[in-house]
Amino acid sequence: MSRIGVFVCHCGENISATVDVAKVAEEASKLPGVVHSVDYKYMCSDPGQTLVKEAIKEHNLTGVVVAACSPRMHEPTFRKACAQAGLNPYLSEMANVREHCSWVHEKSEQTTQKAFDVVRTMVSKASNNAALEPIKVPVTKRALVVGGGVAGIQAALDIANTGHKVILVERSPSIGGHMAQLSETFPTLDCSQCILTPRMVEVAQHPNITLYTHSEVESVDGFIGNFHVKIRKKARSLDEDLCTGCGLCTTKCPQKKIPSEFEQLLGTRPAIYTPFPQAVPNKPVIDRDNCTFYKTGKCKICEIVCPTKAIRFDQEDTILEVEIGAIVLATGFDVKHSDFFPEYGKGKYKDVIDGLQFERLASASGPTQGMIRRPSDGQIPKKIVFIACAGSRDPAKGIEYCSKICCMYTAKHAMLYKHKVHDGEAHVFYMDIRAGGKMYEEFVRRAIVEDHVNYTRGRVSTIYELDGKLIVKGADTLLGAQSVEIEADMVVLATAGVASEGSEDLAQKMHVSYDQHKFFAEAHPKLKPVETNTGGIFLAGACQTTRDIPDSVAMASGAAVKVAALFSSDLLTREPIVARVNRIPGPSHSTCVGCFLCQPVCPYQAIEREDIKDRAGNIIKSLARINEGLCQGCGTCVALCRSKSIDLLGYTDNQMHGEVLSVLEEAFV
Amino acid sequence: MSSASNHEIHVDNSLSGLILKHTEVPVQKCYQCGKCSAGCPVVSEMDYPPSLILRMLQTGLPEMEEKVLRSYSIWLCLSCEQCISRCPMEIDIPKMMDYLRQVSYKKKMVNPRAKNIVRFHKAFLDSIRTTGRLSEFGLTVDYKLRSLKMMQDLTLVPSMISRGKLGFIPEMIKGTKEMAKIFAKTTGLKSEEEK
Amino acid sequence: MKLGIYPGCSLTGSARDYNESVFAIAKACDIQLEQVPDWNCCGATAAHNMNKELSLSLPARILAQAEKAGLTDIVIPCAACYSRLMVTQHELNNDPVLKNRISEIIEMDFKGTTNILNVVQMIDLYVSPVLKEKIVKNFSHKVACYYGCLMVRPYKVLQYDQHEDPQGMDNVIRLLGGTAIDWGYKVECCGAGLTMSKTEIVGMLSGKIVKDAARRGAQAIVVACPMCHSNLDMRRPAINEYIGEKMDIPVIYITQAIGLALGIDEKTLGLQRHFVPVKMAEYIPPVPESKKQKAKEPTNTI
Repeated sequence: MSRIGVFVCHCGENISATVDVAKVAEEASKLPGVVHSVDYKYMCSDPGQTLVKEAIKEHNLTGVVVAACSPRMHEPTFRKACAQAGLNPYLSEMANVREHCSWVHEKSEQTTQKAFDVVRTMVSKASNNAALEPIKVPVTKRALVVGGGVAGIQAALDIANTGHKVILVERSPSIGGHMAQLSETFPTLDCSQCILTPRMVEVAQHPNITLYTHSEVESVDGFIGNFHVKIRKKARSLDEDLCTGCGLCTTKCPQKKIPSEFEQLLGTRPAIYTPFPQAVPNKPVIDRDNCTFYKTGKCKICEIVCPTKAIRFDQEDTILEVEIGAIVLATGFDVKHSDFFPEYGKGKYKDVIDGLQFERLASASGPTQGMIRRPSDGQIPKKIVFIACAGSRDPAKGIEYCSKICCMYTAKHAMLYKHKVHDGEAHVFYMDIRAGGKMYEEFVRRAIVEDHVNYTRGRVSTIYELDGKLIVKGADTLLGAQSVEIEADMVVLATAGVASEGSEDLAQKMHVSYDQHKFFAEAHPKLKPVETNTGGIFLAGACQTTRDIPDSVAMASGAAVKVAALFSSDLLTREPIVARVNRIPGPSHSTCVGCFLCQPVCPYQAIEREDIKDRAGNIIKSLARINEGLCQGCGTCVALCRSKSIDLLGYTDNQMHGEVLSVLEEAFV
Repeated sequence: MSSASNHEIHVDNSLSGLILKHTEVPVQKCYQCGKCSAGCPVVSEMDYPPSLILRMLQTGLPEMEEKVLRSYSIWLCLSCEQCISRCPMEIDIPKMMDYLRQVSYKKKMVNPRAKNIVRFHKAFLDSIRTTGRLSEFGLTVDYKLRSLKMMQDLTLVPSMISRGKLGFIPEMIKGTKEMAKIFAKTTGLKSEEEK
Repeated sequence: MKLGIYPGCSLTGSARDYNESVFAIAKACDIQLEQVPDWNCCGATAAHNMNKELSLSLPARILAQAEKAGLTDIVIPCAACYSRLMVTQHELNNDPVLKNRISEIIEMDFKGTTNILNVVQMIDLYVSPVLKEKIVKNFSHKVACYYGCLMVRPYKVLQYDQHEDPQGMDNVIRLLGGTAIDWGYKVECCGAGLTMSKTEIVGMLSGKIVKDAARRGAQAIVVACPMCHSNLDMRRPAINEYIGEKMDIPVIYITQAIGLALGIDEKTLGLQRHFVPVKMAEYIPPVPESKKQKAKEPTNTI
């Protein structure tokens, strides 16, 4: 007979405000097998855990049920407490009476009853629990970093500096990300490229880092410590070993008018190109969609001029297969463009640009060499309107969140403009100024007080063009929502930051969860900000939510430490929640009939064939066997097995039936 | 954790509560960005711009609510729907204005400057109540009698007649009885007259 | 081709010209228009300003009449009526309780299944496809298409065109051989229901519209709403007063523009009824010569 202890947590008031916790504890004490039942304000606290530990010893418990929150956070806490008290940790269970009960119901008798029902099912499960031992698996000490912006660069360098090998994969032809596009950075106004490019070079030269640009992750299999990753190295159309990066091909290419992605379409590039002069690697790539040779079969000028004969028109994509122990996702963000705003012209006005475009205009290496010139006619605008919260905090446009970086970069933009065009007027329309950060508020004040940027609190209703001017119609809500109409030469929209293109696709490949805006989801919003719910996969930078450079770099270093910690031991302890094919004495050996229907459905390729042989070596029976190192405990095979020969440890048929029956019994009484 | 809190917007007896109850327009959602006021075509003529009306309602203070109901703005609103088409919070201001006008009218709190607007609406409705269709001539005459603006538009009349744009004889529909019923059921106008 | 039509009150009075041109182009394109039997006024601005149930009952009766007569598709030339009927059908279809209540008030069955078209939708579906073969004169003018409020808003209900920069009429003008300018007041309000009670405000709002169209070189403003028309045309004295200058830019209905291109005479299209004289027809060169005259006037061909 099992001896079970029930521990009902108040969770401060999170549970006790709607559930009568004392009553639940009292009723639980009457359940068969329960020998001890108490409630306590914070069961996860040290005194709370001590309650559990002492009860185990005092009452000689064979099982523990903690009625509290979701197991996600505190199941490990109580398992550890059990282990410390000498009880096998897998004999403890969490009854989730918070997310499943107190948070979603009003205070009532039924709510208390439901909480008790949840406890009852878990008591029933616990009485069928068996002791389990954790599984040890080896760790491949090589990390994969996806995305070569500042976060990916920082993560790769930090991991590499702990002595471990890193593969950095970047989709575009060069690393650098958005930071390489920026002119100057807030709040210090230091040049973005000046601080970034040395890091980019460091990545290229680091002995522990292998860099694959113009490459994408094709697929990911396996699990923490043992990922198997395929990387598609897209054809660059040149032999990278031969190419010296002299750039002659790029100057001779007859196609010169292709809108440059790096210049945010404000500048042009040839068909064979490096995105920018400081690109790493400094080796060009042929854009086959725009190359004359690929379109017409004629040209090959780049091949003719190349001094090292490095051009390879017939090069194909290659797939690299690598073993990886941990992955850091650092795929960054995109911004919305002016075509997202019907009320601001839906992209039809050339001089309504987004913030990244302004960065290129302000950048010394940009299409205007750092002169602020408007795209339509190249004139220097004498009046610029900056619109903050363009698309952000706008549920009607599907983006309810604050993009966080725009207040600061708008202040920076206005300031840079005033520094470059002394007689220019800068107007900013804003809703709130969110300048939380070291020296941030001071920076915004400087823009307003010292650089005379005119801040107006209100949103712009519409923009239309008249005689080469942009008529901006806004309101000043601090003057009783009085109309403000400005005839501007250029308008800069601080457009919302959004998840980078393809992030949903990547998340699905990685089995990483993501939010409704396609940003990757952290494992816990406060305590596990760089972890994902998938073991061994970590997050860095703006792929989790838009964030600025200091935050991205800090997060990248955090993710690097998580990787280093994982690589610090040779073996990894894993949950023993795996499927197992039953074994019984001969002559049948197992109820498994060897149909192997389970094999193709296993998402982790964990099911192998095991031949049982007699002494003479003749095969007498073939059985399915599950590789515990690969099995992730998803249970698909269990559901499919026709002879009911597979059980999921920790969630056996017996345990699940116990849970269900305990509910049904009550329902039919 | 905030998840424990109840996310439903609290309905009370304040004017904003009544607006929510009768029109489902959530006044409390407004975060005062001013985009509605910025795009409102008649904001320059209003005593309170639309975003300010929302703010006044948000306070829930009786004196603010009275100011709203006595305001000229609510009658000046053209229902052009520009505000709602651009509102980031999708607050249906025109729908709210409809409701405010109805309350203001019922409570006899119509702004003196808006009296003619109300007279026009009443003349309009009276015209269709009896005939089923609007008689523009009848409406004009009726409105002029109510507003005492006899001279206004007088110069238009001859040219309207010469262009065939003013019919003197109202078009009657067959279902005039049905129309009367509709008016009686929705406005109670008929019963008032019987008294 | 047979379509139901709900003309609305103004088309029998001040917008008689609109009515005439709608029927004229329908006839030219073999569209038979059948009026909703015994239709009543939709209540326009007045009803929803004063009484919610009334503002829903009046349009509901019209739609119920159409349903009863078996008119599955009805065209509503007046943008205000179009908006009121669309909003009513939308609101009642989304609220069964209210739908029942309104059905009781009007004492008629209301299903809410009518396919409601504004005039440009009718043109797109049934006129544009046959235009090419029927045009006898290019409408070679530079015009400003003015949509106002009620044809495009509330856009979540109407779901018609790009609400900030609609193109429906612009496309029709281009089909007719004309040029549609990009301008700033396409969807701004003309003052609508305040025309009688606050004429000076209408003068200001409509004045801004007329001024912007004129200064960008438009030869006419093209509309699809009787209220917009009367505010921009009949209220021209108030507009001139606001601008401080006499504006002679004419205001024509989109159906009149089509009618001119189809060679229908001005009188049939009701052009003589306008307050601001329309002299469009005089400029229109016949199609075969349009290419020769291209050097004189910058015109678009179809």
